[in-house]
Amino acid sequence: MTRITRRLAALAVAASALLPALLLAPGALAGDRFITVASTTSTEQSGLFGHILPQFTRESGIGVRVVAQGTGQALETARRGDADVVLVHDRASEEAFVAGGFAEARRDVMYNDFVIVGPAADPAGIGGMADAAAALQRIAAARAPFASRGDDSGTHKAEQRLWTAAGVDARAASGTWYRETGSGMGPTLNTAGAMGAYALADRGTWLSFRNRQGLAVLVEGDRRLFNQYGVMVVSSARHPHVKAELGRRFADWLVSPAGQAAIASFRINGEQLFFPNAVRVTAR
Amino acid sequence: MAEGAFAEALGLVLGGDPEFLSIVALSLRVTLSAVAIAALVGLPLAALLAVSRFPGRQAVVVCCNALMGLPPVVAGLALYVLLSRSGPLGELGWLFTPAGMVAAQTLLVAPIVVSVGREVLEGVWEESGEYLRSLGCSRLRAVPTLLWEGRFGLLTAVLAGFGRASAEVGAVLIVGGNIAGVTRTVTTAITLETGRGNLALALGLGIVLLALVLLVNAAAFLAGRATRRAEG
Amino acid sequence: MRGDAPILPLRLEDLAFAEGGRTLLEGIRLTLRGGPPTLVLGPNGAGKSLLLRLCAGLLAPTSGAVRWTGPGAAMARPPRHLIVFQRPVMLRRSAAGNIAHALAVAGVDGAERQRRAEAALDRFGLSPLAARPARALSGGEQQRLALARAWALGPQVVFLDEPTASLDPAAARAVEEAVAALAADGIKAVMTTHDLAQARRLAGDVAFLHRGRLLEHGPAHAFFDAPRTAEAAAFLRGELYW
Repeated sequence: MTRITRRLAALAVAASALLPALLLAPGALAGDRFITVASTTSTEQSGLFGHILPQFTRESGIGVRVVAQGTGQALETARRGDADVVLVHDRASEEAFVAGGFAEARRDVMYNDFVIVGPAADPAGIGGMADAAAALQRIAAARAPFASRGDDSGTHKAEQRLWTAAGVDARAASGTWYRETGSGMGPTLNTAGAMGAYALADRGTWLSFRNRQGLAVLVEGDRRLFNQYGVMVVSSARHPHVKAELGRRFADWLVSPAGQAAIASFRINGEQLFFPNAVRVTAR
Repeated sequence: MAEGAFAEALGLVLGGDPEFLSIVALSLRVTLSAVAIAALVGLPLAALLAVSRFPGRQAVVVCCNALMGLPPVVAGLALYVLLSRSGPLGELGWLFTPAGMVAAQTLLVAPIVVSVGREVLEGVWEESGEYLRSLGCSRLRAVPTLLWEGRFGLLTAVLAGFGRASAEVGAVLIVGGNIAGVTRTVTTAITLETGRGNLALALGLGIVLLALVLLVNAAAFLAGRATRRAEG
Repeated sequence: MRGDAPILPLRLEDLAFAEGGRTLLEGIRLTLRGGPPTLVLGPNGAGKSLLLRLCAGLLAPTSGAVRWTGPGAAMARPPRHLIVFQRPVMLRRSAAGNIAHALAVAGVDGAERQRRAEAALDRFGLSPLAARPARALSGGEQQRLALARAWALGPQVVFLDEPTASLDPAAARAVEEAVAALAADGIKAVMTTHDLAQARRLAGDVAFLHRGRLLEHGPAHAFFDAPRTAEAAAFLRGELYW
């Protein structure tokens, strides 16, 4: 009897080992028509993709797999040919990407804005200010804690541009009142809330963020807080295996009336997060 | 927070939300596959290491022990570079797929299975090696005997590997990309929900993960006890 | 199997063994032939276990040779000689499983294994214990199982190192009977023991060791009734301790 038990045990082990392998076999996953889109964590965390992608897949039959990383990492992923399309919000980096020959062109898709959030107590007294750079000046002067993403993301680069406009060298104060978390928008907001610190956040992440811990929007509306998103299709000249055709269809859809309407219809608590602003191209 | 987390956990398990079920299924598939492969390859290797003597054996043992502490994020990064389209193994197309995640976790589990397994089997060899050799058993022929003889200790080694794989997030996050519906596991989902500020949900997922790991260990314990009773 | 070409006689030629600078065996010249059991006797530290291990090939001598001089000596598989220790090694399997495993290592295939395992268990009165975990058996049962295991492999010679030393008298007698059964089946037993009464019962011939040297070798009755050396005489009187 023990020999039979042994045989059965061996069979059970073998089966449980083989079964997952079979399930993971390529082609066992539904739908081979898909593209990989490298985008940012802030866009993912806002919930936008969960809203607009099902519509695209329904209309085109093309699945979209979003790999959400920091802007720098997303561009690197695309540069290495590991993604077919890249959607980020750092125009300077995007133009460098095109200049480097990794994509043929960049196109505007949508914008949202950044807001400066901070503790309700507002020790630097910036609540309601219209000038974002001046607000940062006050934060620096008061040496009030500020949580920066510190990860070369689009948001981080926008933040750095504001410090420059304010004439403050925040990096020099790193480790004191200026704290670089080196992480995504959500984790940085978690940290800011816990520390009672100010932070620059994109409105999309902020609206869908569920752990505010007493943080509130203190400064908004400055034109310098405008945050533009651009889409690029990775060049198949550089990476022949890239799904350029399918990727182009996605990029085209994003800037098409259907895609733009889908973006505009995404709301949280009735509030619109992203504002479509693709340029209508009449001739190609 | 605590009651919220348990409520979330219960809600997830009872609700049968397809997205939740798919991330649990993926976590189990990836980890169990990695453990199975690591055991299939690692256990015989552990046995060979236990019975053989060759120059440099000590160095191999030390390296293997050290690899048990390989940081998951480093393993993930290494595999990312290898599996990237710009990397040497790009043709496989395993980046951002469960296959790549299995490869990364196998890298993490194998050293545990080999190191702990070797330790167990060295003890078994000491116990029964003289007897086996007196039967005219070669070292190679002794391998299957040792593996069966040491099965209870080896089960612990495999479970330790399972624990390591199911707990880690660094490797599967980098190699898998946390793609919704494709490469999102419980641990990467926890990372995402934490980032979203959904702390109660993240904790709830954590409770579910712990419960799963507990279930697997309990099952293994019961199976081990049953065989122990039947066969000594 | 036992019907094959014999490997005996076993010749020990000027056998010596030293370890850590100490000479443990020296100048052993001995010829063991087939027939009734050979008992290797001597006080503690005489080198009896060592001698057995050298004969069984588990250790290499420092000098001299262990030579199987029979016509069948060239064949290595299956093992023609086996050794049974004072505390037998039992694998984590059933009693029958232990025998089957030994047969598998020896290259015996499935159906034949089953048959020979059952025959071995039966021969040594262990059939009721066939499915029990071997490690759960009593000391005496384990020792008889070790003998059954050896018997199943069909060796020509079995070395036994103090097989009854850690057993109570009843178990010891049962094991002794098992050894006698081996001998009755034509297997040459070479055995060490502290029990002189046991030696008298089993021995065909006796080899007497003292402090690493072979002092006497001859027929049992000659040794027990009229030992040639003073040490042997003292040993038989129970006055030789080491």
